[in-house]
Amino acid sequence: MENTKLLTFARTAFKNLFKKPATVGYPYEPAKFPEGMRGHVEIAGDQCICCGMCMRSCPPGAISVDRAAGTWTIRRFDCVQCGNCVHVCPKKCLTMAPGYTAPDVKKSSETFKASPLPSKPAARPDDGKEAVRPAAQVAGGK
Amino acid sequence: MDYKSEIRPVTMDQFLSQVIAMKMEQWRLVQICAVRIKDGYEMSYSFCRNYTMVTLRLIVGTDEKVPSITQIYSCAYLQENEAAELFGVQIESLNQDYHHKLYRIDAEAPFKEKG
Amino acid sequence: MAKRSIVPFGPQHPVLPEPVHLDLVLEDETVVGAIPSIGYVHRGLEKLVEKKDFKQYVYIAERVCGICSCGHGMGYCEAVEQVMGLEVPRRAQYLRTIWMEMSRVHSHLLWLGLLADAMGFESLFMESWRLRERILDMFDATTGGRIIFSVNCVGGVLKDMDHALLKGISDTIDVMEKEFTPIMETFLKDYSVQSRLKGLGVLSREQALMLGAVGPMLRASGEGYDVRKLGYEAYNDLDVQPVVAFDGDAYARCEVRLREVRQSFRLIREAISKIPEGPISVPVKGNPSGEFFMRIEQPRGEAIYYVKGNGTKNLERFRLRTPTTSNIPPMVELLKGCQLGDVPLLILTIDPCISCTER
Repeated sequence: MENTKLLTFARTAFKNLFKKPATVGYPYEPAKFPEGMRGHVEIAGDQCICCGMCMRSCPPGAISVDRAAGTWTIRRFDCVQCGNCVHVCPKKCLTMAPGYTAPDVKKSSETFKASPLPSKPAARPDDGKEAVRPAAQVAGGK
Repeated sequence: MDYKSEIRPVTMDQFLSQVIAMKMEQWRLVQICAVRIKDGYEMSYSFCRNYTMVTLRLIVGTDEKVPSITQIYSCAYLQENEAAELFGVQIESLNQDYHHKLYRIDAEAPFKEKG
Repeated sequence: MAKRSIVPFGPQHPVLPEPVHLDLVLEDETVVGAIPSIGYVHRGLEKLVEKKDFKQYVYIAERVCGICSCGHGMGYCEAVEQVMGLEVPRRAQYLRTIWMEMSRVHSHLLWLGLLADAMGFESLFMESWRLRERILDMFDATTGGRIIFSVNCVGGVLKDMDHALLKGISDTIDVMEKEFTPIMETFLKDYSVQSRLKGLGVLSREQALMLGAVGPMLRASGEGYDVRKLGYEAYNDLDVQPVVAFDGDAYARCEVRLREVRQSFRLIREAISKIPEGPISVPVKGNPSGEFFMRIEQPRGEAIYYVKGNGTKNLERFRLRTPTTSNIPPMVELLKGCQLGDVPLLILTIDPCISCTER
C-alpha cells in the first residue's frame, strides 16, 4: 500500500523531546487567565439599587437581594458563571472577573452592602407598578 | 434551502400505514417527541429524506395505547422507551422494552405532570 | 455451537469518558448481540424549561453537554427565534458560525485524542490535545469560558469580537493548520493506525440510513448529508460541502473527522474574511407562542431542537434529540460480529456523548 508509512509520528515525537512542556506547572506557577474570562461575579455595591433583576434572572438562583436590608448576597458555589446577571443589570454594577472561586469544604455565601434606591412614590402617580419595579423602568429607558 | 418542517396530523387508524409508507419511500426516522397536553399526549414522529423534514403528529389520550413503530423502524426503541418512561405514554408491543428501566430514576413518569 | 456468555461492559471503562452500559452477548470472543443501557446521568434538563424563563433557559440548554455546548445554546436560541419570528443580525449569525466551527475543531480534536488513546497511541493523544488547547484558549479569550461559552442569547449574541481578536483567531488557525498536518498524516497513513482501524465495524450506507445514523457516522458510510447545507446562520454564505468517505469502517469515520477539521479551518477563515459590521443582537419583545423543529449540525451530527411555546415566559416543551441518541442503534449493529477486544474502540468511533443523550 502506497498510502501506508512506518514511523510517521517519529519526527514529531523526537521534536517534542526537546521542547518545553505545553502545560503550566500549576499550582507551583500561577495560572494565566485571559482578560474577559468569566471566573466569578463582582459587585460595585455603591452603585447597586437593589432592583433584584439579577436575582430573578439567575438560572441556578445563586443570588439573593434584600431590599429592606440593602444587601446583595451570592452563594458562590451555586453560581455557574453564566454572566446573565451582568447582562441584565440595569446599573451595570456587576462584572465578571477572572479567577475561580477557591475550593472549600462547605458551601458559603458572601454578602455585600448595597445602596437601595430611595422609594419614589410620587415619581409616577398614574402607574403604581413602576414604583414597585424600578428595574423595569431603568431597563426600558435604555 | 427551507429548513421548516411540515407537520401532518394523522389519526390513530392511519398512523401505522403512514409510517409504513414513509419507510417504503425511504424516509429516515429522525426523532420522536412526546408533549403533554390536556388529557393526553401529542406525539411527533419526524422523518427526513435528503433535507426535507416531515413530522407526523398523533394526538393520543392519557390512557390510550400507542402502537410501537419499532417493527418498522428498529432504531425507534430508545426514543419510544424514553417517551414511555418520562411521560408515561402507553406504548404497545415495543421491541426491546426496557420496562421503565432505561433511566435510573426513582420517579415514575416525571414529565407527565406539570410543575 | 459455541457457548454463549454475557459480559457486562461499562458503565466505567478506561475508554469511556461517560457512563454507558452494554450487555454484550458473546460466542467465544465474538460479539453476537449487545443491549445498550443508559440512565446514569439523567438530569431532567428538558423538564426545567417549564420552570425557567425562556431567556434564562439558554444557559441551561448550553449545560446539557460540555463539548457541544455552543451548538446547544445556538440551536435552542435559533428555535426560539424562529418561533418568535426574530431576524438575527447578520454579524451575530457570523459570530455564531465562527464559534460553532471552532467548537467543531475542538470536538473533533478531542475525539481524535480519545481514539489515539483507545488504540494505545499515547503520544498522538497528547499531541491532539495539545493542539485542542489552542482552541480552548481562543474560546477563553473571545467568550470568557473555555467550554461553556454563554455568548448566545435569544435575538443574537452577547459578545462581539473586535478586529484584533478576529485577526488573532485567523492567525492561530493558520498555525494550527500547520501543526495539524503531521497529526492528520499519522492518523491516515501510519501503519499501526491503519491496521487497527481498517475494515473494523463496517456500516453500509443502507444500514446507516435505516438505523438513523447521523453526522460523521453517516457521512463515513457514503451518504453526503450535512445539515449545514440547509444554510442556517451564516452557512448560506459559506461554501460547505459534506465530507464523505465510502468505506463505512472505523478508518473512514476517522478520515471524515480529520477532513472536517480541515474544512472547519477553512470555514472559519472564510467567515472571518466575510463578516459584516453591524449590531449583534435585536431586542426581544413578547413571549414565544408556537412550535418549531430546528435542525443544526453539531460536531457529532444532526441535532434537533423542538420548542413549543404557549405565549407565557415559560415554554411548554423543549425537546433535544442529540446525535448520540440516533447513533446508538447503529453502534449496536456495528458491534455484532466484532471481537470483544474491538468493542471499546468501536463504541468510541461513534463519538458517544451520553450526558447529551440523557439530558
